[in-house]
Amino acid sequence: MRIAIYLILLIIGAVLPHFVYPVLLMKILCFAIFACAFNLLLGFSGLLSFGHAAFFGGAAYVSGYLIKNLELPTEVAIIGGVLSAALMGWLVGILAIRRQGIYFAMVTLALAQMVYFICLEAPITGGEDGMQGIPRGSFLGLSLKDDLTLYYVIFTGFILAFLIIYRTIHSPFGQVLKAIRENESRAISLGYDVPKYKLLAFVISAAFAGFAGILKMLVFNFATLTDVHWHMSGDVVLMTIFGGIGTILGPVVGSSIIITLEDQLTDSAGDMVTVIMGVIFVVCVLIFRKGIVGESVALYQRMLGRKNLPQVK
Amino acid sequence: MIEIFGVPLMALYSQLMLGLVNGSFYALLSLGLAVIFGMLNIINFAHGALYMMGAFCAWMLLSLFNVGYFGALIIAPIILGLIGILIERFLLKWLYQVDHLYGLLLTFGLALIFEGYFRSKFGVSGETYDVPDLLDGPVNLGFMVIPKYRLWVIFLSLVVCLLTWFVIEKTRLGSYLRAATENPKLTQAFGINVPLMVMLTYGFGVALAGLAGVMAAPIYQVSPLMGSHLIIIVFAVVVIGGMGSIMGAIVSGLGLGIVEGLTKVFYPPLSSTVVFIIMALVLIVRPAGLFGREK
Repeated sequence: MRIAIYLILLIIGAVLPHFVYPVLLMKILCFAIFACAFNLLLGFSGLLSFGHAAFFGGAAYVSGYLIKNLELPTEVAIIGGVLSAALMGWLVGILAIRRQGIYFAMVTLALAQMVYFICLEAPITGGEDGMQGIPRGSFLGLSLKDDLTLYYVIFTGFILAFLIIYRTIHSPFGQVLKAIRENESRAISLGYDVPKYKLLAFVISAAFAGFAGILKMLVFNFATLTDVHWHMSGDVVLMTIFGGIGTILGPVVGSSIIITLEDQLTDSAGDMVTVIMGVIFVVCVLIFRKGIVGESVALYQRMLGRKNLPQVK
Repeated sequence: MIEIFGVPLMALYSQLMLGLVNGSFYALLSLGLAVIFGMLNIINFAHGALYMMGAFCAWMLLSLFNVGYFGALIIAPIILGLIGILIERFLLKWLYQVDHLYGLLLTFGLALIFEGYFRSKFGVSGETYDVPDLLDGPVNLGFMVIPKYRLWVIFLSLVVCLLTWFVIEKTRLGSYLRAATENPKLTQAFGINVPLMVMLTYGFGVALAGLAGVMAAPIYQVSPLMGSHLIIIVFAVVVIGGMGSIMGAIVSGLGLGIVEGLTKVFYPPLSSTVVFIIMALVLIVRPAGLFGREK
């Protein structure tokens, strides 16, 4: 059943760019990676980071700088960007894991705002205009100028990221994270070095968030302040909740719907898009906390009459 | 001219004053956040948006109903307080049983709604609000000359902060409030209407944000984005001060305003990030915050 779903999604993903505007699809994939990375933290470790835009946008700036100013090949820039995001994640994480719950969210938010100001004021980032005109270059000999080629590269990147995150969640490491999420004191008393686990989860999540940001930068050829603004951190929270916190496919579903919606609404609604996103946020939090995938699975299980199944994997 | 570390004394004074003005707003807002957090265990993300709405409320009162600054100083907080009560009754109330993080997320959604709405209605450029005649013009303090209005802002916010501190720490009503914060169930068992207190507390916290908004209207541009940058600095202030005490929120608010002002004099490039750097340092040295209690 599960394998069938994944196969169908894989085929859809491979065929879709021939029917739908590839740039929109690429944007969706980038945000899907971003949301999956975020979900690793919120859904499987119980840490609500409100600063993931810093890694998403920060890595985009770093990669952009490597490509545009240092004229390095795209492959090197991607690796450099991901490493920089991991480093940022390590720095932010080491501070943030000193506090829990709401404080954790506020600390990550504040540190991300610091990154925002750095991007705004540093001499190399282009200030208010952002870093414009970053060439896509080529990847392993493939020229990325063509949207369709870039799409398949990003699609491959998405599958890789998805598999690694999937593997992480189902590894012994992932199980410890879940234990920490459920009962931190008990995990400590069982002898797990909880801060170390949290920090590693944070770094992995930051690295993949950065990866997503870099891919988005390649698609649009620019890195701007929007990518590091706290609205972006909020967007990824929304996508994850909307799709389903702590579900494997939830973030993918959530980001697909939210990005498509944003894309459709931008022309007709203008600034009201923010209002609509806010309303979706409020509704999700009030009555739809399991998200689309979470609710669907719950419904499916109710239909089968198996009420006492363990939590959805 | 007298100089300190190569900075003219006058420039130092004026930045210190500006820092104190900013600090007054940090203090008022972090006070509201602390009061709300104490009672509801929720961080009110919409605080910045509600502060912005306070400023717009003053502007609308003037342009639509010809109600001046001092009228707005009273009416706007009441209106905002009522909005806060509605938010608590109809939305927040449903989240007390689930993880407190959902409260943060809900108020985040509200912040998006308010900000998006005002932006679509007023654009990003904003409106101007004149300083009231009574408070217009400079005043000579002997060692420096500053606009009267800035002095007024510092004075009023100090009065409001200290009054709030007094009510919460020294009066009977405040003791109920503190009891309900400590142990809501037991307080309820003693016959005190805790849900009502929760509602009024949230309303009061929001009213404080509204008041800060009215006070900010003549100084800063009345714009839909005015709260969005401020709220994150205030969050950092709250992390630095810790949520433990009301006084802590006030002192760290004012203190950080001054530090920011001084940074503007001595090393301008750092002025927008200094609060976050201090937050990082405090987290390393004293994770619970300067005035916080470790749980």
